[in-house]
Amino acid sequence: MQSFDGRAKADAAPRAHHLTLSINNPTVRAILWQVGLGLLVALAGWYLASNTMANLARLSIASGFGFLDREAGVQIGESLIATGPRDSYGNIFVVGLLNTLKVSGVGIVLATLLGILLGIARLSRNWLVARFAAFYVETIRNIPLLLQLFIWYALLTEGLPGPRQALEPLPGIFLSNRGLKLPAPADDPVWAWVAVLFALGVLVTLALSAWNRKRQLATGQRLPMAPIGAALILLPPLLAILLAGGGALDVPVLQGFNFKGGMTLSPEFAALLFGLTLYTAAFIGEIVRSGILAVPKGQTEAATALGLSRGTAMRLVILPQALRVIIPPTTSQFLNLTKNSSLAVAIGYPDFVAVANTAINQTGQAVEGVLSIMIVYLVISLALSGFMNWYNRRVALVER
Amino acid sequence: MKSRLWGAALAVTCLTMFAGTAQAGPTLDAVKGRGQLFCGVNAGLPGFSNPDSQGKWTGLDADTCRAVAAAVLGDANKIRFTPLSAQQRLTAVQTGEIDVLARNTTWTLTRDAQGLNFAPTTYYDGQGLMVPKSLGVTSAKQLDGATICVQMGTTTELNLSDWFRTRNISFKPVVIEALDEVNAAYFAGRCDVMTADISALAGTRATVAPKPDDHLILPEVLSKEPLGPVVRHGDDQWRDIVTWTIYALMEAEEKGVTAANVDAKLKDPDPGIQRLLGVQGDMGPLLGLDKQWAYRAIKAVGNYGEIFDRNVGKGSPLKLDRGLNGLWTNGGLMYAPPIR
Repeated sequence: MQSFDGRAKADAAPRAHHLTLSINNPTVRAILWQVGLGLLVALAGWYLASNTMANLARLSIASGFGFLDREAGVQIGESLIATGPRDSYGNIFVVGLLNTLKVSGVGIVLATLLGILLGIARLSRNWLVARFAAFYVETIRNIPLLLQLFIWYALLTEGLPGPRQALEPLPGIFLSNRGLKLPAPADDPVWAWVAVLFALGVLVTLALSAWNRKRQLATGQRLPMAPIGAALILLPPLLAILLAGGGALDVPVLQGFNFKGGMTLSPEFAALLFGLTLYTAAFIGEIVRSGILAVPKGQTEAATALGLSRGTAMRLVILPQALRVIIPPTTSQFLNLTKNSSLAVAIGYPDFVAVANTAINQTGQAVEGVLSIMIVYLVISLALSGFMNWYNRRVALVER
Repeated sequence: MKSRLWGAALAVTCLTMFAGTAQAGPTLDAVKGRGQLFCGVNAGLPGFSNPDSQGKWTGLDADTCRAVAAAVLGDANKIRFTPLSAQQRLTAVQTGEIDVLARNTTWTLTRDAQGLNFAPTTYYDGQGLMVPKSLGVTSAKQLDGATICVQMGTTTELNLSDWFRTRNISFKPVVIEALDEVNAAYFAGRCDVMTADISALAGTRATVAPKPDDHLILPEVLSKEPLGPVVRHGDDQWRDIVTWTIYALMEAEEKGVTAANVDAKLKDPDPGIQRLLGVQGDMGPLLGLDKQWAYRAIKAVGNYGEIFDRNVGKGSPLKLDRGLNGLWTNGGLMYAPPIR
């Protein structure tokens, strides 16, 4: 310790006399360069901004973000929050943003699940499964996404019957070219009970799995927790809903032109979701395959030697190690999916770009509109990649 | 489609960023210098601008551009047509990418005030609603709860919600970027109703519908849609040229001058016709053109009535009545100020 401290002091002493303000000092020169470059960039930015403002003023194009407070007067087809034509442009921007987040969020989850399945399937010993996965990947990732979206949209709108001839696969569920109509929770006291039963189920399952782990350590035997847990969590709430009868659900009813009540999964949302999920899953599948192949074969053999089944070995030994290779490129795929969701304009899903396009046309303020689009995608992407980098550090190999 | 949208967005951003702050040069010099008129049109709207089987642009809007090219350059074919989407069109005029926009564009205060100028209306339209006859609907007031297909980036989007909210009728819009896709969604039954300008609905019904007789255009007219060419704000001379070329076509119809008889009419004693055709007076030179400007425009595309009949009227699949678009002498709104 003593010698270490001494060396630190010895290092600090000669550095002190370097701090002279001379152009010969490399530190001073480096700082000068940085400051000069910074000034140049700022100057270029200022020139572009002021020139833009001057040109906009000359062309009598309004500028500034004042339009965000003005009434938009347009109706948005689908929204997570209440919206109407009286909303301001700011409000409908939020509606569009939520729609983008909705389709990207659901798409990322589904594409990840499907991608993992595809990656594992391509390495399957089953010839048919492996060939099918390879065929899927090579077909889907080599067809432009926009075309796939058009195909899905055409299939959903042309292939399905009109609302008056809607298919009813299960009572209360209707499938037509207006979308999938599902019963929604109605305003009924039974839902409080459902929440309580659900929470109870989760607690009991947690306790049971703790006990199960202890029992396994003691006796080597274990209960199949997955089906037991699922039954404990899901069955009691379902039973409560069934006992409450029809009052608990707001079942869609055909009335006039369309179904009233219930929840809707619109064809636009479905087509976009299918397209994005299936397309991105093909890429994620390849990433997962490469991650799995990057784990040394010895790990598989060691897992087999310990008596783990193939599935268990994959879950407990291979995938955790493969994740380190998988996560960085998968992050890029998540970002791609989010940005690709802007293709929604082509098939009528009101995402952020669609709403911003309408605003640009009604207000004529293209610069502000495009700037908003850029900022929104930048913020979403940075947040997503920030989260994924944090997760990547967590699963990264810790060298001891 | 996507890339075109971004192209336009990028164009406005870049052009406003880098274009010099000096006043834009007179458009007339630019057009004469390059020997070509840059005209923005709809990518495909039967009757207004639509490429035919040989790829030649046809329609009322395309012919308006031809008339301007004939008047300015002496040749109706010295045109570069640029198909534009609804969102791109205004930006394209503002930034000078095109000289004239003849793309069924509605004249509104907001547009007029923001860097654009409107030439006289060439087609008085109104927004309408088309439904399949099988729906059993005869009035827009019965449309409560209907799903309506509409094209993105049009005044249609606003009129629709205005009209329905003042009558407390609920509806669900499906807003799609390209007209083709709007048509496809409507004919696939995704929507109960399709809304657009009535002329556009008639065009779609006549040329796109699998069975035109299965579709009905409802009697309600939701809005006023005066459609006409658009030029950039700030070049008065160019605006005058486009404006008076259109008036010349209307004046020609009023005076009975057609593409077929225009040569014979050069000898007509009527001083109005003589001024129009440049036999007498200096109308063209006052605009910065030569004396034969109107003669060439009429010779190339015919008078307004001929253009109307050929593209959207009796001689076309659309079979639209003159109605509001008749001459003022026949109870219509087409009224050219005196050419003198």
